[in-house]
Amino acid sequence: MPMQSIYDLLEKRILVLDGAMGTMLQRYKFTEDDFRGDRFKDWPCALQGNNDLLSLTQPEAIEEVHRLYLEAGADIIETNTFSATAIAMADYQMEAIVPEMNYESARIASKVAAEFTTKNPDKPRFVAGSMGPTNKTASMSPDVNDPGYRATSFAELKDAYGEQAKSLIKGGADLLLVETVFDTLNAKAALFAIAELKEELQIDFPVMVSGTITDASGRTLSGQTAEAFLISVSHLPLLSVGFNCALGASQLTPHLQVLSDKSVFAISAHPNAGLPNAFGAYDQTPEQMADQIREYLEKGLVNIVGGCCGTTPDHIHAIAELVKEYEPRALTVSR
Amino acid sequence: MTLDQKPDTINEKRYLQLSGLEPLVVTPESNFINVGERTNVSGSRKFLRLIKEGNYAEALEVARHQVEGGAQVIDVNMDDGLIDGKEAMVRFLNLVMAEPDIARVPVMIDSSKWEIIEAALQVVQGKCVVNSISLKEGEEEFVRQAKLIKRYGAAVIIMAFDEVGQADNYQRRIEIAKRSYDILVNKVKFLPEDIIFDLNIFPVATGMEEHRRNALDFIEATAWVRQNLPYCSVSGGVSNVSFSFRGNTAVREAMHSVFLYHAIKAGMNMGIVNPALLEVYDDIPKDLLEHVEDVILDRKPDATERLLSFAETVTGKSKERKADLSWREEPLQSRITRALVKGIDQFIVEDVEEARQVVAKPIQVIEGHLMEGMNVVGDLFGSGKMFLPQVVKSARVMKKAVAYLLPYIEEDKDQDTRSAGKILMATVKGDVHDIGKNIVSVVLGCNNYEIVDLGVMVPPEKILQKAREEQVDMIGLSGLITPSLDEMVFLAKEMERQEFSVPLLIGGATTSKAHTAVKIAPHYKGSVVHVNDASRAVTVVGDLLQEETSDAYKSRIKTDYEIFRNKFLDRAKVKTYVSLESARANKMKIEWRADRIHKPQNLGTQVWNDFDLSHLEAYIDWTPFFRSWDLHGKYPAILEDSIVGEQASELYVDARAMLNRIFEEKWLEGKAVFGLFPANTVNEDDIEVTPKPTAGKSESILFHTLRQQTAKKEGVPNIALADFIAPKESGIQDYIGCFCVTAGFGTEEKAREFEQDHDDYSAIMLKALADRLAEAFAEYLHEKVRSEYWGYAANEKLTNQQLINETYTGIRPAPGYPACPDHLEKKTIWELLGVEENIGVTLTENLAMWPAASVSGYYFAHKQARYFGLGKIKEDQLSDYARRKGIDKEEAKKWLAPNLAEND
Repeated sequence: MPMQSIYDLLEKRILVLDGAMGTMLQRYKFTEDDFRGDRFKDWPCALQGNNDLLSLTQPEAIEEVHRLYLEAGADIIETNTFSATAIAMADYQMEAIVPEMNYESARIASKVAAEFTTKNPDKPRFVAGSMGPTNKTASMSPDVNDPGYRATSFAELKDAYGEQAKSLIKGGADLLLVETVFDTLNAKAALFAIAELKEELQIDFPVMVSGTITDASGRTLSGQTAEAFLISVSHLPLLSVGFNCALGASQLTPHLQVLSDKSVFAISAHPNAGLPNAFGAYDQTPEQMADQIREYLEKGLVNIVGGCCGTTPDHIHAIAELVKEYEPRALTVSR
Repeated sequence: MTLDQKPDTINEKRYLQLSGLEPLVVTPESNFINVGERTNVSGSRKFLRLIKEGNYAEALEVARHQVEGGAQVIDVNMDDGLIDGKEAMVRFLNLVMAEPDIARVPVMIDSSKWEIIEAALQVVQGKCVVNSISLKEGEEEFVRQAKLIKRYGAAVIIMAFDEVGQADNYQRRIEIAKRSYDILVNKVKFLPEDIIFDLNIFPVATGMEEHRRNALDFIEATAWVRQNLPYCSVSGGVSNVSFSFRGNTAVREAMHSVFLYHAIKAGMNMGIVNPALLEVYDDIPKDLLEHVEDVILDRKPDATERLLSFAETVTGKSKERKADLSWREEPLQSRITRALVKGIDQFIVEDVEEARQVVAKPIQVIEGHLMEGMNVVGDLFGSGKMFLPQVVKSARVMKKAVAYLLPYIEEDKDQDTRSAGKILMATVKGDVHDIGKNIVSVVLGCNNYEIVDLGVMVPPEKILQKAREEQVDMIGLSGLITPSLDEMVFLAKEMERQEFSVPLLIGGATTSKAHTAVKIAPHYKGSVVHVNDASRAVTVVGDLLQEETSDAYKSRIKTDYEIFRNKFLDRAKVKTYVSLESARANKMKIEWRADRIHKPQNLGTQVWNDFDLSHLEAYIDWTPFFRSWDLHGKYPAILEDSIVGEQASELYVDARAMLNRIFEEKWLEGKAVFGLFPANTVNEDDIEVTPKPTAGKSESILFHTLRQQTAKKEGVPNIALADFIAPKESGIQDYIGCFCVTAGFGTEEKAREFEQDHDDYSAIMLKALADRLAEAFAEYLHEKVRSEYWGYAANEKLTNQQLINETYTGIRPAPGYPACPDHLEKKTIWELLGVEENIGVTLTENLAMWPAASVSGYYFAHKQARYFGLGKIKEDQLSDYARRKGIDKEEAKKWLAPNLAEND
């Protein structure tokens, strides 16, 4: 467990978040049997593609990916739990295993992180418990003919996030990252659950929130502008607020600018490696991506930067080298 | 071991910040935040009925209407014994969230039941306001609710209510506020900027002694709270204060605005106000104002009795009622003054006739009765208590009265009209725009100046000849297009040469103090003054013509302009320019790819005659319409503006009414011609257009574009419009479009009818609307071109606001505007499209379009095409441009004068 406060570090330098877990896991070409392992060989439904399950069935692979990112220079690694909520796991009928998935994922990540911190205490590593958006939206209807319908509720989301958050913290996560927020109400349910958890356990830990801007008009999927999104999640103390996924680094710049101008929190960005090509793969090279991220740094927009879909340890290495040349965004904004 | 804990981070700016789909940040500079109250079952019978009937579709319309009407927050309340409040609240809010036009503003969740509040907090993604919680049920429950509200991420309204009851005096209000604040900030760690106090607005003038200080206590408590409880806001439901005057709308309106006037001064920054029940503070009749203020501020022991008895005399003066005619009982002069101030022309002939009977000479009616009334108008206008549209309406009444009297005056031989001065007004040669000039004429006319209006497109010889013949005291010039600036310079030179000495006034959209001071004033020894709006015209003219002030004012203007000129010239030299060659080398580089070019669905020219203008209603951008009447602010917020809102609303109602008549009675004709053609950029900055794509050897036409020449930062290109079209050497066939639309045919004739009826108000209104329709037409056509005729944005769906904000792909720059300031290019468009032959729109000698309500321009489709300002260009480009166009350099210089950088 790191000795130095992440808040202190943020004043000193730009921290690097890791890159994509999914992209790296694809390289292993795991089969249905690999996903199942011994334990789930008789599971009633197909499990291939349930990446979060690999923390239980292929823990060495997860550990290896973490290690690669830490070697590449990441200060913060994310647990393999993007979809590990009862809501998202319903697709695999795995609601009951959710606490275990989160606990194990956090445990693996913090074990590897601790190794690196011990080796070099001057560069402490942190584990962020990844909390994805789930596959349901609380403020939009999936049915165009019934705009008032909702496929999930605040209460359901809050319970699911609460369960995930608790296991992540117990498993050793240093902080939580509510990410790829496409519906702000989902994120608010997560933040509500986290506040309850902090009260229940009587501890405090940092929380990062990262939204996603899904189209060129600069709005979230649920229709908010960057500033409206910021205002909607700023009611609880956060370590950082930022954007990830969806667009490439360049397209995120104006939206990060808004956050940077208006937020009292640190600013994070973990964009995709550009936009996917016709085959769904990401072509942007580490150099190209670093080159685009340089703009954030020139403008002093960010405190934490990393990668989302399509990024690899090479991308993170390029970013980690790049940020060394720059000062972090000043944390006391008075504008 | 855990990570360090950071104390609750607090928003350092400490402003109340709310959000729907868009942010609402309440800063000290913000105007009063108006909370919409129509989606409240206890406040609106209609809304209650709709919810009871389960008619949510129409209930949503109520919400939409409010937001469109300018509500910045919508209050939603479902507390009614006969409905399931929780179910109704959730259902309604879920539907609201699916309507971006409504969901863009924050929601105020209004309920006295905690379970309804909590259910609502669970369905809204933005940062809401909870209305309300209080210490009523004790501190424990208060803390519990506040903690949850914080966790849900909402701001909160705190009612001044505690275990004992509702705060009903100053001391209790501040005690409860302080106690609530301390608990929230220290115990719950609630952000102080998220706290809004409702300090209880109670009725006054109830007849009960203990209610006398109700309003004053609220106002004073508000001031205390804002001073002593940092960062919080104060809100309230305003209509309560006038509860005892239900039924007397005029008095209620006055009470609301008086109350708000003082409460806002004390620090009340948001509230529920029905804008339809609000009189503008300064429009409240003096006597009523005094009575109301006595009550609100508890200034007299018998204030209530006095207001009650006074109220009987003002019943029904309300604007929401049928016209009350009791003022017809008043003495003659009051009636005439009132007719003028209120712009009522119904009885003016009758009253003027009565006046004529009692004076010795008919002229005395003008000099006496009417001037006395107009002086009141002038004073009100001068002190900002009347607005331009009202003044123009007053003028309509004045003109009717004068027209009636004229035959009598002429009959009476001794015609000694004493005007305050005679002013010649003209729109200069080659320019057709006269809305602003007409408004200034009317306003000056109201102030007893005699106006000699020469109309539009007036050649300089005629202006000076008339000025001599009529022995005018002043000349006013107006113009909108850039060549008019040179006409004004020319006229100033001529005035000097012909030894004129009368002052010269300069006005119109493209004129500026800078241009007047730098380019016009130096050529004429007499006074030259730039008048930027109609409301200043009266003061300026007065200062220039009144003997006592004239000399001092003239020399002050001279010195002022000289200082301004010197500063301007000093500053102007700082800009640096690059050569045309380097500018070209730094052009905007687009990666041209054939598969990114969309070939238009329909090549060639299309003509629309007899276009139904009613299609354009939704495309109208109203903001400039209000600006043309000197009412500044964005539509629709302007309708709710605390200063000009009422006047703007009234003007808007009149405008919509006229717009309907324009549509129904087909006053105006809409015509358009547009074409899409193969094109490529050649010679760096020219666009070669080949109108007949099929012909083997097509005849081509060249558009000449101009390139920015100011030195740019690294990576910023020097743009010309030509950069947006693929160059010929790329081998890629690209396309360009151009168009001309008009909504102006019919305007002149109809406006003349109004003018003959002495109704300048309607004449000006018609012209302003025709202009808006032409702009809307251009927007409409551009949309059709994008989605159908060219078809590169077939799936585009934009709201009118997005259109106004130009969020679409592609641009439609117009010659004479910043990207391509050369008006001469219009001639090329005219040639290419056969504009005159096809739709009859012509170009004047200075290349203004006639009829005036017309718009022309180019279409560029490339994704990277954007609007820009050319800025100044240098001698080398001027020569090159003249050569490319085949005109001599002097002529090019004349057309591009405003864009030429001064020689070093």
